[in-house]
Amino acid sequence: MSMRKWAVGVAAGMLAVTTAPAVAPLGAPQADAQDDTGDRTVLRLGVTQSIDTLNPFEAIMASSTELMRLTYESLTMPSAEDMTPTGALAESWDTSDDDLTWTYTIRDDITWSDGEPVTADDIAFTFNLMMDDPDARTANGSYVSTFESVEAPDPTTLVITTTEPQATMLSLDVPIVPEHIWSQVDEIAGYGNDTMPVVGNGPFLITEYRAEEFVRLEANPDYWRGPAEIDELQFRFYRNSDAAVQALRKGEVDLINRLTPAQFDALSGEDDIEVNQAQGRRFYMLSVNAGAATADGDPLGNGHPALQDIAVRQAIARALDRDVLVDRVLGGYGEPGTGYVPPIFADLHWQPEDDQAWNFDPGAANAQLDSAGYERGPDGIRVTEDGDRLSFRLYGRSDRNADTQAGQFVRDWLAEIGIEVDLEIMSGNRMNELQKAGEFDIALSSWAVNPDPNYVLSIQTCDQRPSAAGTGGTTESFFCHEEFDELHAQQLAEFDRETRTELIHQMQRVIHEQSATIMLYYENALEAYRSDRFTDFGYQPADSGVIREQLGYWGYYGATPATNPNASASGTSTGLLLSGGAAVVIIAVAAGWFVTRRRRASADDRE
Amino acid sequence: MSDLLTPGNQLTEEAGEEQRPARGGLARYLASKLAGALTSLLLVVLLGFFLFRMLPGDPVQTMTAGREVTAEQIAELRERLGLSDPLWRQFLDYLGGLLQGDFGDSFRYGRPVGDIILERLGPTILLAGTATVLAILLGLWLGVRSAWRHGSRFDRTATGVALTLWSVPTFWLGLIVLMVFAVGVGPLPGLFPTGGIRSIDPPPGLLPQVLDVAHHLVLPCLTMVAVIFAQYQMVMRSSLLEEMGSDYLTTARAKGLREDLVRRRHAVPNALLPSVTLIFLHLGLVVSGAIMVETVFSWPGLGYLMVNALEYPDLPLMQGTFIVLAGTVIVMNVLADVVYRFLDPRVRAA
Repeated sequence: MSMRKWAVGVAAGMLAVTTAPAVAPLGAPQADAQDDTGDRTVLRLGVTQSIDTLNPFEAIMASSTELMRLTYESLTMPSAEDMTPTGALAESWDTSDDDLTWTYTIRDDITWSDGEPVTADDIAFTFNLMMDDPDARTANGSYVSTFESVEAPDPTTLVITTTEPQATMLSLDVPIVPEHIWSQVDEIAGYGNDTMPVVGNGPFLITEYRAEEFVRLEANPDYWRGPAEIDELQFRFYRNSDAAVQALRKGEVDLINRLTPAQFDALSGEDDIEVNQAQGRRFYMLSVNAGAATADGDPLGNGHPALQDIAVRQAIARALDRDVLVDRVLGGYGEPGTGYVPPIFADLHWQPEDDQAWNFDPGAANAQLDSAGYERGPDGIRVTEDGDRLSFRLYGRSDRNADTQAGQFVRDWLAEIGIEVDLEIMSGNRMNELQKAGEFDIALSSWAVNPDPNYVLSIQTCDQRPSAAGTGGTTESFFCHEEFDELHAQQLAEFDRETRTELIHQMQRVIHEQSATIMLYYENALEAYRSDRFTDFGYQPADSGVIREQLGYWGYYGATPATNPNASASGTSTGLLLSGGAAVVIIAVAAGWFVTRRRRASADDRE
Repeated sequence: MSDLLTPGNQLTEEAGEEQRPARGGLARYLASKLAGALTSLLLVVLLGFFLFRMLPGDPVQTMTAGREVTAEQIAELRERLGLSDPLWRQFLDYLGGLLQGDFGDSFRYGRPVGDIILERLGPTILLAGTATVLAILLGLWLGVRSAWRHGSRFDRTATGVALTLWSVPTFWLGLIVLMVFAVGVGPLPGLFPTGGIRSIDPPPGLLPQVLDVAHHLVLPCLTMVAVIFAQYQMVMRSSLLEEMGSDYLTTARAKGLREDLVRRRHAVPNALLPSVTLIFLHLGLVVSGAIMVETVFSWPGLGYLMVNALEYPDLPLMQGTFIVLAGTVIVMNVLADVVYRFLDPRVRAA
């Protein structure tokens, strides 16, 4: 019967398919050469966020922007020490008396990796491209929104004119591209920038890219600060952080970040692995809908009216035990929230005096609500004078683990002061939509702050509320406060760093007092690396900082290999021998099984 | 269901001339099947477009969330992605593109959706295809054995193991497999890579490179087989059990055939039919079934792409993957009907 032959054929096919992978370890000595890096020192990163594109004008994902910073030098760069602006392409700068014209002196000793010199023309070309072509504004457009003109009168001079004074002109986080390459690009949108090697001028140059697999970068031998100590940098993509952790334990990668507290604790005790608990740039907060309205002041959405009362908001701020949040939600890896700008920016961060701080004090919170006239109803929940219960919707994102946990704590604490909370965890998309429409009471929210905090401050200004049509504006939660707006305008036009810092402190004080943004905590960035392969990295900031996802390239540029960087590879050959042996056994068993099967089958046929 | 669509006049055709009417019937049968498939595909296109636009969420909001963007930039982005056009306009543009084989550009990657899907389809087919073939063979073989000696210790063990693996969460099983076989536990060294489809520095030569990929394939494939083989085993087992008491088996035994032959030549072919249907239906779902395994083992396939697209929501990419996935299911259904016809003479005659 043909059915039998078919079955035998399939069985043979099955054998072929099963044995092929089993044989593989035999052929793998060369395959695993990746671990035996020979004379070259290779830093292998286990990266859990995929990248969208290598086009610096369109790259949005954190890993992509990091790649772009490694490839393309920018005008200035946040320093490794404390993230204050330092020179990069520009070695010095000057402003006009009206603060509208910026003149940068460009270094004359930098070349692109194809040998062409880097001049002010390249920089002018990049900014002008962004000003002229909306497609080129996708990733970093906000930096040129106040630019009037950018010119290069000579190869070492760049002149930028702005429409209004702009204190952020030394924090333009824009990759500068070579004009002689990019002027040939017809359409920026969708351009992959994947002609290898990518022409750049940063400390590392992209030489190979396989989507969702890896990016290979080689140290730029002509880098103007001097070549990096390592020869090669690899971004290896992992799709879940647990797999990346296992890869680090095995020694397939050298450095991973974005660890959860549990992963961090588990790795802390391992041999040959060093952990790095760094201050993060991210803060978590409660965004309170204190009266959503358009920029013209017309009310919007359906926020609870009681939250427009500052007494209610301050009582909420007092009812939260931030130490418990840090302990339980962050596993201890964080700091309780105070000022709006995180403490990683030591000078910009502001902290209230102790008697002004929102220390955990349910008694004081209850007293404040009592004196403001919110009496407890029969069910223990307070009511407004109009008889509305203080029952608030609290929204959190399902893709952020902390939200569920933190939300439950907040709900329980507020119950203590007679406020009912209806916690709802939803998709980030849904939450964006509701928050945008003002259809929320309290939202769990989070921002990462850049060395120049102007943007995160700007999302708290009245102007950023949407237009009458409900569009436009980048407001966080419709906050609008006269004093805050005045301070915001002043700091943006203030070029003396000390004075500006003082203004930014004042802005944080207003946010604190108004309590429409209630700070919860600052999260630590948790990283781990193979200490048998690398002994040091360039941390940013120097004393307590991160290695990965910096605003700069210091981490990898400052990577110092261990004296015997191949130590971890030694175990591999034993593993290979064993795996080869295992494969032989598997094949032998499979073959034996198959042969006996065949014999029995032919015996059957004869009968 | 296949019988319903077969033209009834076939019944009146002369008996004894089995071949001719069957062939004429096949053409008609195929035509009706294909027409059905095309209708389904059209519905998929329609559904894909409007359904995904009903999901909450604004791609522009997601793309700009947490980033320093101005309100003007947001408006510009919306304009560029074509999201500011009225819905009917967007749909017509989309249809027009589709007719020219253009799925549109991904919001996230900025590249044509068709290119991205093609890029990721290969790894997924390699992984899911290998795993499915292995799972089918293993499942059918175990199913036949179990049913033939039902109630035996072999049957109880095989069924128990299969059902346990079937109920285990894929992600969890995958991580266990990864920890044991990729990292190593105790004296057992890590034998396989922790992820990916090939080494970053592949060995020279075609054969070593094939072996390199195979080496990376082992663990994800093992995990996927472990999770899915139970369904084939269970169907095979129950359909063979149904045949066990049949008269024709008694006849075969009465002819003096050995137990082995009775099983292989008589019982199994008859019991295979429900399994074949199942296999083809599952082939259509193979791609989506690989999502979890791809995530654990960082396999650069289609599964992860879909998950990411959903988060965004990357509408063109979602529509593209939806059409590809639904298309596979539809094609496999048609194939199942056709193959069934060849395997089972009763369907042909009906």
